[in-house]
Amino acid sequence: MFTYYFNLAVRSLRRNVVLTALMIAAIGVGIGASMTTLTVFRAMSGDPIPQKSRQLFAVQIGNWDPQTKRGLFGSPDNLQPQLTYIDATALMKAHAASRQTAMYTTGFALTPPNPDVRPYQVQARATYTDFFPMFQVPFRYGGPWSAAEDENRAEVVVISTELNDKVFAGANPVGKTLNLDGRDYRVVGVTEHWSPTPKFYDLNNDTFGKPEEIYVPFTRAIESQMLTWGNYNCSGDVGEPGWKGRLSSECVWFQFWAELPTADAVARYRTFLNNYASDARQAGRFRWLPETRLRNVREWMEYNHVVTTSARILVLVSFSFLFVCLLNAMGLMLAKTMGRAADIGVRRALGANRHAIFSQCLMESGVIGLAGGVLGLLLTALGLAGLRALLSEDVGRLTHFSVADVSIAAALSVGAAIVAGLYPTWRATQVQPAWQLKAQ
Amino acid sequence: MLKMTHLSKAYRTEVVETYALRDFSIHVRQGEFVAVTGPSGSGKTTFLTIAGLLEEFTGGEYQLDGENVRGLNDNQRSRLRNEKIGFIFQAFNLIGDLNVQDNVDVPLRYRGFNAAERRRRIQEALGRVGLSARSRHYPAELSGGQQQRVAIARALAGSPRLLLADEPTGNLDTQMARGVLDLLEELHRDGATIVMVTHDPELAVRAQREVHIVDGQVVDLAAQPRAVAGANVANA
Repeated sequence: MFTYYFNLAVRSLRRNVVLTALMIAAIGVGIGASMTTLTVFRAMSGDPIPQKSRQLFAVQIGNWDPQTKRGLFGSPDNLQPQLTYIDATALMKAHAASRQTAMYTTGFALTPPNPDVRPYQVQARATYTDFFPMFQVPFRYGGPWSAAEDENRAEVVVISTELNDKVFAGANPVGKTLNLDGRDYRVVGVTEHWSPTPKFYDLNNDTFGKPEEIYVPFTRAIESQMLTWGNYNCSGDVGEPGWKGRLSSECVWFQFWAELPTADAVARYRTFLNNYASDARQAGRFRWLPETRLRNVREWMEYNHVVTTSARILVLVSFSFLFVCLLNAMGLMLAKTMGRAADIGVRRALGANRHAIFSQCLMESGVIGLAGGVLGLLLTALGLAGLRALLSEDVGRLTHFSVADVSIAAALSVGAAIVAGLYPTWRATQVQPAWQLKAQ
Repeated sequence: MLKMTHLSKAYRTEVVETYALRDFSIHVRQGEFVAVTGPSGSGKTTFLTIAGLLEEFTGGEYQLDGENVRGLNDNQRSRLRNEKIGFIFQAFNLIGDLNVQDNVDVPLRYRGFNAAERRRRIQEALGRVGLSARSRHYPAELSGGQQQRVAIARALAGSPRLLLADEPTGNLDTQMARGVLDLLEELHRDGATIVMVTHDPELAVRAQREVHIVDGQVVDLAAQPRAVAGANVANA
C-alpha cells in the first residue's frame, strides 16, 4: 500500500497546483531559514575532535593576582586562558602527561625557491612534536620532527599541503629546504588538509580561522626570538625589556595542552599542577596560592564562549519562524483535506477504515515535506552562499553544508510536515461516509 | 441477506430528539431486487446508510448476511462494507484524480487482493458494464451514463453479497437511466441481491418488490410481489 498511497499523494498534490505550491513554499522557507542558522550553529558548536575531545585538556594556572580580577571576559573564574613562558616550559620539562605541548602562533617571511616570486609572510605555529599525534594531524608526506629535534632546537618544519602546493607544486618536499626569515629550514613533513572548526587548540587567536601553514619546533622559535602573532597579555608588570625579560615575565602568550587518556591520569595531573602551583608560591613567586584548571575540549569551548549568546538566540528565532511557517502549512493542509472530504467519504464507503485514510493523508504530508525539504535545502544553500559573500572568510568557513546537515534538513522537513499534517489528517479520519449519501 | 428488526435511528440535540427510523423492520432475502420508496425526508437514505454500515443505529437489531452488526468497531464495519456491500450512488461519486480502472480498483485495494487478482476483477467488472475500452479514461471524459456504469463496475468488482443503490438514475436522462436500469435487472437475473432507494414510482415498478417508507416506518411492507424472470421472489 506504500506505493499506492505515494501515487495517490502525488495525484492529489497535482490536482491543486497553487495550494500545493503554497504548502511546499511555507515549509521550504521555514526549513531554509532554520537550516541556515542551524548549519552555522552546528559548525560553531560541533566537536572538532570527537575521538579525543575527552582526553585532551587545556591547562590554566592563576599566575595573576586574583584581586585584579582580570580573567577571561565573562568567565566564571579569574584565570587567564594562556600561560607564561616560565610555566609552559616548566610543565614541558616535568613531562607529567603521556603527551603535552606548549605552543604559540607566530610567523615567517618565506622566500620561495622561485626567484620570480617575491617573499611573503606565512603564519606558523611553534609547538612540540607531540602536537601532531595529540591532535591527530594527518600527513601526506613525511611526518613530525623527533623529540631529539625539539631538544636540539633543530631548524626543521612541517608545512601544510596548501603551502606545499604553492611552493613545491605539490611534489614530495621532504628533505628539501625552505627559506624562512633568511634561514634554511629542512622540511620533514607535509600535513594533509586539516582544518578543525573551531580551531579549538588556540581559541585566543582567530577562533574560526584556518590552521597555520608552517609548524616549527617551539624551542627553535624561542631560540630565534620569534615574536607571537597572537594575544600577549600582561597584568600591569610587563617585565624587563628585551627578549629575556619577556621570557621571564608574568605575561601570558602560550597555549598548553596535555593528553590524559584516563580518569586516573587526569587526577594525577591535577595533583601535579596543584603541587607545582604550591611550590611556586613557596618559592616566593606568588603571594597567593594560584588556582589551576584542566578543561577538556568541550569544556574549553564552553569556557571560551565559542558559541555566542546571539547565535543561540538566532537559532531560536529561526526555529520560531519555522513554527509559524508550519502553522501556515497546517492551515493550508486543513483546507485541502476538507476540500477532499467527498473523496474521503467515498473511500470510507468503499471499505477504507480510519487507519487507511490516516496513512493516505499522512503520506501526502510526507510528500509535501519532502518537496518542502528539497526547496528548503536550495534556500539553505542560497542563504549560506549569501552569508559567505557578506561575512569574513573565517566566518565563511562555518557555512559549509555537510551530509549530516542535508540529512537533518530532510528529516526536519518531513517530520515538520507530518506534525503539521497530523491535525488535518485526524480531521480526515473523522469524515463520516454517510454524509456522501445524505449530501445528495 | 439483510434483516432489520424493530430498528430505530434517533438524532439527538440538547433540546430535541428526532427519529429518522422508528420500529423499522425489513427482511431482504438472497437474490431479491427490492425498491425502497417514500417521500423526501421519509427515512429512505437513513435506511440505506444504516444498511450499508455507513451509520450506526440507535436501537433494534440488524443482521447482514447472518452476522449481527450491532457493536462492531470501525475496522470490522469497514471490512464488512468492503467485502459484502457494493454501493451505487446517485452522483456516481467517482474519484476525479483516478481513471476508470483505478476507480474500480479502490475497493479491491482495501480488500488486499494481489495485483493479478485485482487486474482480473477490474477487467471482468468493466467487461460486464461494457466499458473495457474506456479503462484509461478519466471520469470527466465520460458521459453520465458511462460514469454510472463505472460506479456499478466498482460496486461489482469485489463480488459483494448485496448491492445498495441510492437513486441510481437520479442524475441521468431518460435514455441513460433506462440503460442503467437494464443493467441492474441483468445483474439481478444473474443472482445479485439489490436494494434500490428511489422516489420515482416508475423505477420502483421495475423492482421485484417495493417497500414504502413514511415518517421512518415501513407502511406497505406487504406490497405485491412482482415476478421477475429468473429471480427468487420472496416477501419480508
